[in-house]
Amino acid sequence: MASVKEGDTRSLVLTEDLTRTQIVQYAGASGDYNPLHTDDKFTKEIAGYPGVFAHGMLTMGMTGRVLTDWFGAEGLLSYGVRFVKQVFPGDALTATATVTSVHDGVAELSVETVNQAGEPVVTGTAKARVE
Amino acid sequence: MSIDRFPVEAGHIALFARAIGDPNPAYYGALSGEEPVPAPPTFAQASAQFDPDYFLRPKIGQPWFGSGREATGVKRDSGGGGGGGGGGGGGLHAEQHFEYHRPLRAGDVLTGTTQPGNTWEKQGRRGGKLIFSESVTEYRDQKGELVITARGVGVRTETVVQQEA
Repeated sequence: MASVKEGDTRSLVLTEDLTRTQIVQYAGASGDYNPLHTDDKFTKEIAGYPGVFAHGMLTMGMTGRVLTDWFGAEGLLSYGVRFVKQVFPGDALTATATVTSVHDGVAELSVETVNQAGEPVVTGTAKARVE
Repeated sequence: MSIDRFPVEAGHIALFARAIGDPNPAYYGALSGEEPVPAPPTFAQASAQFDPDYFLRPKIGQPWFGSGREATGVKRDSGGGGGGGGGGGGGLHAEQHFEYHRPLRAGDVLTGTTQPGNTWEKQGRRGGKLIFSESVTEYRDQKGELVITARGVGVRTETVVQQEA
C-alpha cells in the first residue's frame, strides 16, 4: 500500500496522439458500439458532430491508470468522474491525481485529465486505501 | 436493465486493459499465467457485453442505426439504458461513478441490477433544455455479496432527440 500525504500529486501522459483504432479497440472490449465513436459517416451526416469521438469511458479508463499505478490495481475504494469535454482522435491527454486528504487509512484524491490545450476533459475524485 | 450472468474472464480483462492503454502486468494473467487477475477500475462497464438487450450493440439479423450503404440503416430507438449504468438512451454520458466494495477479479461471476435514479433539467448554453438522468447498477457475486455499485448519469438535449426521432 502506498504511503501518502495531503498535496502529493502524480501526473501521467496517457497518450500523445489518440488514434481511431484505439477507440475501435475500446468499443470491442467494452461492448459499447455506439456509431458516434467509430462510424464517421453516421457521426457527421446523421448526428451532426465534426467526426467520431472517444467514449467518455475510454478516457475514464485511461485516466484510472494514474490511480492504479500509484495505489495498485486493487487499491481503490471509489472512482468517479464528470465528462466535461469531448475527446477527439489526435488529442494528447495527461492525467493528474492529487491527494486532498488522508484519514483512517483512506486517501481522498482529485483527478483530472487535460488535453493538449490544457482543457479538462474529465474531472473527478477517488478514494484509495493507504498505510 | 438487468444482467443475469457477467463472467469476469482473464482474457476479457487483457483485451480491456489493452484498449485503455494500460500495460500493468497484473492485467495480463491470461498471457502470463499469473493469478489472481484484477479487473481495471472501469471494467464493470464491459458488462454491456452480457446484457442481452444492450441497445448499443448490433443484434444479429436486426437493423442497426450505424452506416452501411446509407449514413444510417434505421432510425434510432431512444429507449433503453446504458450497460453498467452508462449513458442512457439517445444521449451522451455525463458522469460515471464506481464504489468498490471488494476487488473484482477474473473468476468472479456477477449479476447486475439497474434502477433508475434522479432526473433533472438544466438550461443549455446554446439554448434548449438539457435533461440528465441517473441510473444505479449493483453488481453482486455468486454469493450475492455486493462487489461494485456503479452510478451513471446520461444527458440529452431536447433538440437532438427531436432530430433523431
